[in-house]
Amino acid sequence: MIYLDEYRDPQAVRRMAEMIARAATKPWTIMEICGGQTHTIVKYGLEALLPRSLTLVHGPGCPVCVTPIDLIDRAVALAGTPGVILASYGDMLRVPGSRHDLRTMKARGGDVRIVYSPLDALALARKHPDRQVVFFAVGFETTAPANAMAVREARRTGVSNFSILCSHVLVPPAVRAILSAPGTKVQGFLAAGHVCTITGYEEYLPIAAEFRVPIVVTGFEPLDILDGVYRTVRQLELGTHRVENQYSRAVLPAGNRAARVLLSEVFAITDRSWRGIGMLRSSGYRLADDYAAFDAERRFSFPAPEPPEDSPCIAGLVLQGRTKPHECPAFGLRCTPDRPLGAPMVSSEGACAAYYHYRSYQPSPTFAEQNR
Amino acid sequence: MTTTTKQPVLDAFSCPVPTSQHKEVLLAHGGGGRLTQDIIQQIFLPEFQNNILKPLHDGAMFSIRGTRFAFSTDSYVVNPIFFPGGDIGSLAVHGTINDLAMCGATPLYISVAVILEEGFSLDSLRRIAASIGEAARNAGVLVVTGDTKVVDRGKGDQIFINTSGIGIVAQSCNISPQRARAGDKILVSGKIGMHGIAIMSVREDVGFTCGVRSDSAPLHGLVADLLREDPTLHVLRDPTRGGVAAALNEIALSAHLGIALNEDEIPVSEEVLSACEILGFDPLYLANEGRLLAFVSPAHAVGVLRKMQNHPLGRDAAIIGEAVSDHPGLVVMKTSIGGERIVDMPSGEQLPRIC
Repeated sequence: MIYLDEYRDPQAVRRMAEMIARAATKPWTIMEICGGQTHTIVKYGLEALLPRSLTLVHGPGCPVCVTPIDLIDRAVALAGTPGVILASYGDMLRVPGSRHDLRTMKARGGDVRIVYSPLDALALARKHPDRQVVFFAVGFETTAPANAMAVREARRTGVSNFSILCSHVLVPPAVRAILSAPGTKVQGFLAAGHVCTITGYEEYLPIAAEFRVPIVVTGFEPLDILDGVYRTVRQLELGTHRVENQYSRAVLPAGNRAARVLLSEVFAITDRSWRGIGMLRSSGYRLADDYAAFDAERRFSFPAPEPPEDSPCIAGLVLQGRTKPHECPAFGLRCTPDRPLGAPMVSSEGACAAYYHYRSYQPSPTFAEQNR
Repeated sequence: MTTTTKQPVLDAFSCPVPTSQHKEVLLAHGGGGRLTQDIIQQIFLPEFQNNILKPLHDGAMFSIRGTRFAFSTDSYVVNPIFFPGGDIGSLAVHGTINDLAMCGATPLYISVAVILEEGFSLDSLRRIAASIGEAARNAGVLVVTGDTKVVDRGKGDQIFINTSGIGIVAQSCNISPQRARAGDKILVSGKIGMHGIAIMSVREDVGFTCGVRSDSAPLHGLVADLLREDPTLHVLRDPTRGGVAAALNEIALSAHLGIALNEDEIPVSEEVLSACEILGFDPLYLANEGRLLAFVSPAHAVGVLRKMQNHPLGRDAAIIGEAVSDHPGLVVMKTSIGGERIVDMPSGEQLPRIC
């Protein structure tokens, strides 16, 4: 496949790994922001190709994982509300809420539909004018333009039974939070290529300068990731802290202008709570006042939030790159994709799911036992 | 965009208590993965225990007065009922024939039971009946008994079909997952993932244009050829729901062996790979309805491979890996770029109602 095979070429991958090994003379810790990148790293076993002195830590770039439990509970409540169709990406269905997940609500008779695009949810609303259709709009800047488009289309064409439960988060505030956290070990970042396809990377310039870290906008194929690591290592060794664009086949400095115009029309910046990380100022989107009528949180009333419960899940540490998934005592034992303790074990971008599905074949003793 | 921020609240590791035991059936219980295994192991097996059921093979095998029989049943709920390369009728015939073929049996007779939803089009029913008839004739089996039930509109989804089948197994034949041995070569009879992608391409909720047709086909003729080449063939399995990944994991678990796959050798068409890239699927987990996996002793592997490649349903056959004594119960794949990873038992469903 053109644009894929060449970025998975075994010989090119080996050559790039050798270049990294030659370039790295000291130990460095690099965070890949995006869960999609984490999956590539684990799926292809890229860490095994890197020198031991390099540590890759996995970042918070899994929208399903950072969606706060209050919003999951609201989605669950909507799924149980007569007359409501809750449309969602498939990933969200298994994420545990305080009491239930969405697939359980579906089994109990809730009308939960898996869609591949918010425009499909809008089509559902047109098809069922007597029902309320709510789209669970989670995601980073990548999915935001499609959601903005759906809301704008709904308003333009007068589809009044459509709304979104909005849980949009933004990458740069999370990068700042990770770098500001006391004792952070992260020395360089691979920024998420698809996010920057929309936003560009100008926002990262002040972060790189302020925290003196190299940030490399990186793609998702094995060769992209290794190239991103190589560029980051080269900067670390030289002591520079620039923003570089490895994913130049898709990313322009200012991103996608049309998408950004759409985003600024439909959404406004707001504070957001990140599951496992906490409240971050100006770290997400809400619907702009002009579009507030399409906000499901205004359209419906919800039960009071559940009190937080004690849990053995350490997703917060995993999402900040402070712990690796397999270091969690529950990993693969009490916590599996079938019976998850937290979202990173079920999302297709979750670090725990990546470690679980693609774990290397030298399992820890507990793990080997589990699988016999 | 403003990005001023306070320190994150690092002690807010709020993750919930799990929904540990499911109280109701989820769609994922029908996915052919771990949750399906849970239902079988925890709910059904304790109630039905007997020695014929115990091996949990695709079909049951038993002897009556010196004749060895294979007996199997399967229900079909595929959505949509007509798809590129087949329909629910031909699928219901092929699926049960294949379950028998995976026991090494020559299929003879099948039953067809239909559950119809009130309001279902009789024209569609005629089309499906004709398709069942044609598939049975082409495969040389007779439909010898059947049943028809109708449920209220809204209480079913157009048509569900159950078929059961019976066949005769040669005395020399001894096929079962437990017979896999370290060193056995693992063969697949053709390109994988085509049924799964064909269904997805016409699903109302996904729907995309592609030229992939279901591989739905009866495999007993191919199996007969293989058994002539190697009557001691160890294991046969058709990788339907849950795909090659689920089938190999089940064999690895029941044979207490490891399985080592080589990604580069696994035949997958460009169209299926492209669809997987777009939809985020893995071909190893996609359903097949006209493919088989065979575990063959190394001495016979090349001969069996050639036999497969000479059969119209096995032209793209390949040796994709081998059984090993390392890492028992685990399927490990050498990736195309030289890494290694585990190919896990699927959890839940990639897409429900695929067969």
